[in-house]
Amino acid sequence: MDTDQLIRTLAADNAYRPRPIGLALMMALLAAAPVSLLIFFAELGVRPDVMTAMHNPFFDLKFAVTLALAASAIAVSLHLTRPEASLRSFGWWLLIPAGILVAAISGEMMMPQRTPMMTRLIGKNSMACMTAIPAMSLPLLVGALYGLRQGAPARPAVAGAVAGLLSAGLAATVYASHCTDDSPLFVATWYTLATAIVASVGALMGARALRY
Amino acid sequence: MREREDEWTDLMRSAISGDDAAYHRLLKAITPVLRAAARRGLARAGQPVDQSEDIVQDILLAVHLKRQTWDTSAPFAPWLFAIARNKLIDALRRRGRRIFVNIDDFAETLPGETPEPTASPGEVTAQLQALPARQRDVLQSIAVDSTSIKDTAAKFSMTEGAVRVALHRGLASLTAKLRDR
Repeated sequence: MDTDQLIRTLAADNAYRPRPIGLALMMALLAAAPVSLLIFFAELGVRPDVMTAMHNPFFDLKFAVTLALAASAIAVSLHLTRPEASLRSFGWWLLIPAGILVAAISGEMMMPQRTPMMTRLIGKNSMACMTAIPAMSLPLLVGALYGLRQGAPARPAVAGAVAGLLSAGLAATVYASHCTDDSPLFVATWYTLATAIVASVGALMGARALRY
Repeated sequence: MREREDEWTDLMRSAISGDDAAYHRLLKAITPVLRAAARRGLARAGQPVDQSEDIVQDILLAVHLKRQTWDTSAPFAPWLFAIARNKLIDALRRRGRRIFVNIDDFAETLPGETPEPTASPGEVTAQLQALPARQRDVLQSIAVDSTSIKDTAAKFSMTEGAVRVALHRGLASLTAKLRDR
């Protein structure tokens, strides 16, 4: 097939309109969400004292951090689907959840505490956190990569890592309602480690899946 | 050069709003620029320039299948050159070269420079043979025999919609085969 013939063929296919990538990503995440929720309700469930916990600002702050991570990673993911895009323009959005976390830690530091710092940091659920967040993230990550495949990222591994952040943010939001450790120190340590694992898996998978 | 790039942006906007002729003109207009840049990239990597047509076709397929990632309010050329650069790097890597491709390779091509294709490209043609029969027949009919969608539908007793679907799927799987080879 010579190039003129190819061009004619492409022009004949001009009527084809792909679904917007934002919509494709949303649908793929909605399809994956039940699997993650199934893992959550089968293995973990919401903590029993959730009604009282809601009055603790540090419990609520966990959701602020994880939702900020999910939202900023979704925005950056969609930006990175463009071939000329890089992290340079919008990458700093990913620092928003870290900023909230730092503010929360300093807030907690200024309050009188009954338990020592290391006890709060180590908490009771570190192992559950480190396994539950990656496990619940995985279906979401597969969904996210599937939705983002229509894009054309310049660096597929970077785009995959951000897709990992996005899935970890969503999974951690659900997991936070199970976890009884509310100290921002715990969140900064274990949630961050779990998120880093998912981001690395996302980078590895994205390097293959998001090539175009 | 700015004028040329503004013209591309206008053509692409018309193409996206459904003007097939504008799309055809756009693809025709960008091809010599892509060809010159692909040749320069190959030459700099010490590769024979007669493989440039495969790279040009690779870029055109990517432009086609990824065109929804172009923001219609942005200029078209930077988007195009980003895709072209990515595909050129890919092609050189596949030939065992790691090389830095300068984006100016694309932007600097002069409007008057219109190299003709040197060798007939083999990669798309080879992958075409590996497609499912229906997709291959439709692609052959439209590309090689330059039959219209309507006449292709009549020839294979398909609906026009089915021809369009087979055409698009054929182009998408062709691209996937080129990427994963």
